[in-house]
Order: sequence, then structure tokens, then C-alpha cells
Amino acid sequence: MVDDLYREVILDHYKNPRGHGVIEEPDAQAEGLNPLCGDEVTIYVQFGDDGETIDEVKFSGRGCAISQASTSMLMEMVKGRTAAEIAELPKEELLEEVGIPLTPVRLKCALLGLGVLKVALHRAKGTPLPDEWAGLDELDLR
Amino acid sequence: MAVTARPALDAQKLRADFPIFEQKIHGKPLAYLDSAASSQKPRQVLDVLRDFYETSYANVHRGVYVLSERATEAYEGAREIAREFVNAPSTREVIFTRSATESINLVAYAWGLDNLGPGDAVLVTELEHHSNFVPWQFIAKRTGADFRLLPIDDNGELRLEALDELADGVKVVATNYVSNSLGTVNPVAKLAAWAHERGAIMVVDAAQGAPHHRVDVQELGCDFLAFSSHKLCGPTGVGALWGRAELLEPMAPFNLGGHMIRSVRAEGTTWGELPYKFEAGTMPIAEAVGFGAAMEYVSSVGLEAIAEYESELAAYALERIAEVGGVTCYGPPADRRAGIVSFNVEGIHPHDVAQVLDSEGVAIRAGHHCCQPLMTRLGVAATNRASFYLYTVPDEIDRLVEGLHKVKKILG
Repeated sequence: MVDDLYREVILDHYKNPRGHGVIEEPDAQAEGLNPLCGDEVTIYVQFGDDGETIDEVKFSGRGCAISQASTSMLMEMVKGRTAAEIAELPKEELLEEVGIPLTPVRLKCALLGLGVLKVALHRAKGTPLPDEWAGLDELDLR
Repeated sequence: MAVTARPALDAQKLRADFPIFEQKIHGKPLAYLDSAASSQKPRQVLDVLRDFYETSYANVHRGVYVLSERATEAYEGAREIAREFVNAPSTREVIFTRSATESINLVAYAWGLDNLGPGDAVLVTELEHHSNFVPWQFIAKRTGADFRLLPIDDNGELRLEALDELADGVKVVATNYVSNSLGTVNPVAKLAAWAHERGAIMVVDAAQGAPHHRVDVQELGCDFLAFSSHKLCGPTGVGALWGRAELLEPMAPFNLGGHMIRSVRAEGTTWGELPYKFEAGTMPIAEAVGFGAAMEYVSSVGLEAIAEYESELAAYALERIAEVGGVTCYGPPADRRAGIVSFNVEGIHPHDVAQVLDSEGVAIRAGHHCCQPLMTRLGVAATNRASFYLYTVPDEIDRLVEGLHKVKKILG
């Protein structure tokens, strides 16, 4: 089971995260915390000339391998797509990419980045934020 | 290791009392190193629960039939066991609650709301579990009292020299007996003496202390002491509060409802006698009876023997974990700590550590252990925590260490 969980692609994204860094003066930004284990993720977005398409996206923070790897995968997945598309992106699409069996506790780790990105877009563009992600919008980082 | 040479406590033999160890986890024997979160249950307790439900169950008090009398006798018998367990002067001072958390909330609300106000201060420690932190912070805010923290040093021990500068207006001093995160055994008697010199009450959260150390409320000199069943080989859903009668008597009730009254009229209600004034509604009756059986079980093993054995396990664990390399352990030296070891593996998140260990059948806790202020003080988001009890054997610690090597191999 553990070999499935920490399969090569997860470890690769964990050890060499894509899009790890900070965008100075981003068009959208949000930070989120998984209070269960203290994973922290901040996501920065820069839109293209149309003001809708995600031109550049980066993340910073610290956390477990699952949260860091899944956020890294998310960065690759959302670039070039519009805010409206990502607001509606079903979590299953990311989970399929992550591709490992997750217990309920670890599911929260895997979905932290996606939730934070949706909050960032909601704050910048007023895109809809379904209830399941609303909790993240209310959390303050310590 | 030296631990097994001691005849005082035979963990391997006690382990046979606990059915949970008969199973395999991921095909491997269970190494259960999370007793600080909750303990496993011995047959002696499970049998009492089953027997009580099968032969003696009914609601307690006021019933005139045999079963109700039997149930009342068992429930009140558990109260007497609890009294003896903490060496309280009287069973009138022993209140059953739903948990140690509820016991502390009872004191914070029922004593705090009527006795705290602007100019007063509540002093808790940086080591507190949220259960002895959040209620006091909340009640202090509600009443306008100041809320202060007694700091710890880098070993995770209370800095008693800082007490006097925090003394102004202090009305409540609240501490845990044993830190659930670091295993620090706190000098409760000293704190109680200091509190009383300043006219403050001393509240002790013994949820982590009572299962592992002999508790004597008269020796500690405290005013309230909270503890729970589930960390002490007993069922979940029940805890206890001991409080001095002279403080409990004038206190307003906490929960209101059935059984806690003397008389109820439309124009007003008067309260029942101690301890029933604080036991509203149908209590966790069978759980209290099981709690009694658990206290008897733990006492028969011997609290001194348990404390000594766990301290040796902690020393062994600290030594073995240090061999792994790249691991930071938190907390005081082994001779001043209970059977709890918190640590971090450099560069690897505790969740990942715990997940890999689980695949080896080793159960530890990873997270903030309901101690976020302490985590902030340590400068970490979370730690791994291995914790021991009377059924823990050195082999489980060896397997933890082997697992940590695997963690480093996969994620390092």
C-alpha cells in the first residue's frame, strides 16, 4: 500500500516540485492551511492579456509529500486554462492525475492546493466557490 | 534492554489481556504507539461492561426495582473507586462527566463566569492541550479577565522563575500534570503552593497524568483535577472531576436538567446536593462502571510501576531514535518525562512518516496533538509522537526505529 502511495511520480513531484516559487504582484493570490496536519500552501496567479487565462501560476508553502506533490501536479494542469474553467474543475480530475488510493485524512492533503487556487480565483474574479471549499476562505494562517 | 529485567511490571504478560493485539495490520503484528491519544482496553474492562449490560443495566437513582438498585450500586461503586484512585477526601467531591474536557469546561464556566472579571488574570502554560487552554481563553475573554501564558524553556519544561512577573491579579492557575505532546511531568505541587499564596485556585488537567502516575489530590494541593477514562484503559464517553467541596458548594450548576435538582417550581428551581448538582441528565452509566473497572485494573498493575516502566521505555526510545540520524526529539531528558516521545525527521513531514510507519503496522500520531501554541513555540507545524503504556514492549520501539529507516529510504 505504501509503495502505491509513494509511487515514483509522487516522489518526483515532491522532490522536484513544478511551479514552486512566488509571483511578485500576482493578479490573484490565496493561502490555505490544513489544520489537521499543518500543511500550508500559498498560490499566486498571473492572467494573460485577456484577463481570464492563467498565464503563470506558482505555489509556496510546506507540507507533506501528498499535499506538495498534488499541488505541483495542479500547477501543470491549470496553466493555459481560464479562471472560469478552473472554478468548475472537478476534484476528481486532479485526483485521477494524483492516481493513488487516499484515506479521508490524506484526501484533505491532496486537495488543499486545488481549494486554495479556487479561493484565489474567487477573490480576484468572483468565480463561484462551492460550499466544500468555502471553509478555506475563512481560515486565517497563524 | 534493561527494561525487561525488572520484575515490577511484565508488559509482555499484561499485553495478553488486550484482545486488540491479536490481529495483524497490513499483515504485520500491531505496534501501538499512540496510547497518549487513547489507550487500548483489557478483557477485564470489556467483561465488566458486557456483564453490566447483560445483568445489571437500568437507569440509576430513584428506581425502586432490583435492576435500578443494582445499576445504582455499580455506578456509585465506580465513584468510590475514583475517589480512592485520586485519594479524594469524599465521594461528594467526585463528579462524573463526559470527558476530561467537559470537566475543565465545568470549572471554567461554573466557577470562572462568577469569579472572574476585569483586573483578574488566568494563567495557563505554554504546554497545554487545547482542552485546558481554549476554555480558559474563552471564559477570560467573556469576563474581561487577562489571559496569560507561563512559558517553557527549550527542554519543554515550565520556567517557574517567570511566575512572579505574571502574578498580578492571578485568580486561576491551570496546568496539565503531564504534557501530552512532550511528556513533561509538571511540578503541580509547587505551582499549587504558588497559586494559593496569591489567592488563586489551582486547576489540574490530569488526562495524561492519571493513567501513568499516581495522583493524590491532597498531596498535590490542587483545587480541581480533571481526568478521563479512555486514556486509562477504560471506555470512551466518561471522565471525572474532583473538586474541593468548599469551592463546589457555592458554584452554580453547569449542565441543567434532570437529576441535578432539589425542587422544581414554575417560580424557580433549587439545586441538588453534591455531586449530583453537576450530573444532569442520564450519565454514561455503563461507561462509568467500566471506568471503575479500568481504574482497578491500572491500580492492580501499580501506578508507580507503570511510571517507572514508561520512563525506561522513553529512555530506550530516545536512545534508539537518536541512532537513526537526522531526527530531532523534543522535550525533557528521560528521567523527567513520561512515556511520550515527540520527534521530527529532518525534511520529512510527520504525515508521511506516520503513513510509512502504518504500512509496517506501527501506529504513531502525527500532527499538532491539540497543542498549537506549543507547536508555535517549538517552531514546527507538527511532530511525530510515539507514546507508551503498560502493554508497550521494547520490540515495538525497535520496529518504530526500523520503520524510520524505511521512511528515510523512501522520502529522504
